[in-house]
Amino acid sequence: MEIPRHWRIKSQRYGLVGEVCPHCEIKIFPPRDVCPNCGGEAKEEYIFSGRGEVYSFTSLYDGPAGFEETTPYTVALIKLEEGPVVTAQLTDLGDASVEIGMPVEMVTRRIRSDGDERGMLIYGYKFRPLGLGPR
Amino acid sequence: MTEVVIAGIGQVPVGEHWDISMRSLAARAILAARKDANGLKPQALYVGNFLGPMVSHQSNLGTLLAQNAGLEGVEAFTIEAAGASGAGAFRMGYLAVSSGYVDTALVVGVEKYTDMIGPGLEHYIGMGMDYDYELMQGITTASQAALLMQRYLYESKAPREAFAEFSLSAHANGAHNPYAMYRKAIKLETYERAEIVSSPLNMFDIAPYADGAAAVILTRSELVRPSELEKMVRVTGSSVVIDRLSLHDRPDPLAFEAAGLSVEQACRQAGILPKDVDFFELSDAYSIFAVLSLEAAGFAKRGEAWKLAQSGAFRLKGELPISTMGGLKARGNPLAATGVYQVVEAVQQLRGQSGANQVAGARRALVQSLGGPASTAITHVLERCT
Repeated sequence: MEIPRHWRIKSQRYGLVGEVCPHCEIKIFPPRDVCPNCGGEAKEEYIFSGRGEVYSFTSLYDGPAGFEETTPYTVALIKLEEGPVVTAQLTDLGDASVEIGMPVEMVTRRIRSDGDERGMLIYGYKFRPLGLGPR
Repeated sequence: MTEVVIAGIGQVPVGEHWDISMRSLAARAILAARKDANGLKPQALYVGNFLGPMVSHQSNLGTLLAQNAGLEGVEAFTIEAAGASGAGAFRMGYLAVSSGYVDTALVVGVEKYTDMIGPGLEHYIGMGMDYDYELMQGITTASQAALLMQRYLYESKAPREAFAEFSLSAHANGAHNPYAMYRKAIKLETYERAEIVSSPLNMFDIAPYADGAAAVILTRSELVRPSELEKMVRVTGSSVVIDRLSLHDRPDPLAFEAAGLSVEQACRQAGILPKDVDFFELSDAYSIFAVLSLEAAGFAKRGEAWKLAQSGAFRLKGELPISTMGGLKARGNPLAATGVYQVVEAVQQLRGQSGANQVAGARRALVQSLGGPASTAITHVLERCT
């Protein structure tokens, strides 16, 4: 059980809350203590739109612990429209074939379960093809 | 500056050693290296290890391994940098000896991978990534490499089958290495039929994880008799460069920036250009890593290393042999031990002890170990003393 660890970053997982650097105005996700662009201290919250495009992707047939039940699944690097890139699963793909450059949007989904009946269910961001209707 | 030389090497066969414990694996490599160094007595033991605390539930390896190998009165501790841990320990040995604080240092890289089985293992190996923002999204190290490969295919327009040559070449070399996990050449159709692990990456694009231990003894040249110095190898360049840990934080993930910079720095220290080396032991944990490392080091233009590979440039008789004893792909990838195996194999080449795999006239080697997708890049230049 790692409750504090997951609780601590719930606003990132559920809301894609990152930062905007007060010094150079670059958008940052995931949050950092120091701006990777200008080296200034970065503490100002910024909520990302959740829209972006696929930078690269892969379908996994062999997942790590906690993900065995959901294999195969697709993981991608998503370039958000504000600049940063995130690592996340793609979801709701249906028959859509994934391509680099495909527009996607963030949705909240179950990420993994801890296994046993008392285990935690961890929710967080995944991305789905843009235009599937309201989120 | 003080000249640091490699006075002894030792290794155990890479494989699944269900019957040998981590401490015994390490001891075998240590004893072999000490014998090779004619009993030279070390004052320090630097251990490269990655998975011990997770997979074997064992920390404080410096003390444990020193005691078990009968090394009394040494200083000892572990260096960890994921897959580059062994190279990190070698760097530590180099720093200790070149600084003059230590006369003779023993470096051992050891990984006991088979102390556990199942998906938990993949999870532990993934701990070299950002746990919160990579591993918890369900990504593995293989799928991280797959993301790079997919992007590479898109940007370079390389055909998918171009990657086969790296696997074929490594297995051809591994066939003649008695310490290699796989000692059999493979055919193109074996590669093409291999199961997809994380698209577009297949089983033969991935170096197999394994158990292993390798050791080297470093000392200063003035402490060695001139007659013995002849078979020794000098460390003339040493560099560690880190990148942003996660692929998603890098402006250009295919640049493998740390790998390139690390080669540049190590070569500058050695007073050479990368093209002056006779062979390159690189980190082919995944075939795409070999491609990106070659391009980052400047041995091929961006997006073109696969073309050079098709011409045989990286085979034993090519312009720049790589993975001469099978690389991670065929020798096996005992994670933290890998960086020390690479040094041991380079020393074998420079001493002219590589048998059927001998690179003719090898005098200077470039050796690079990567932690993650070049999140950490550790590069050394090694040269024959005479």
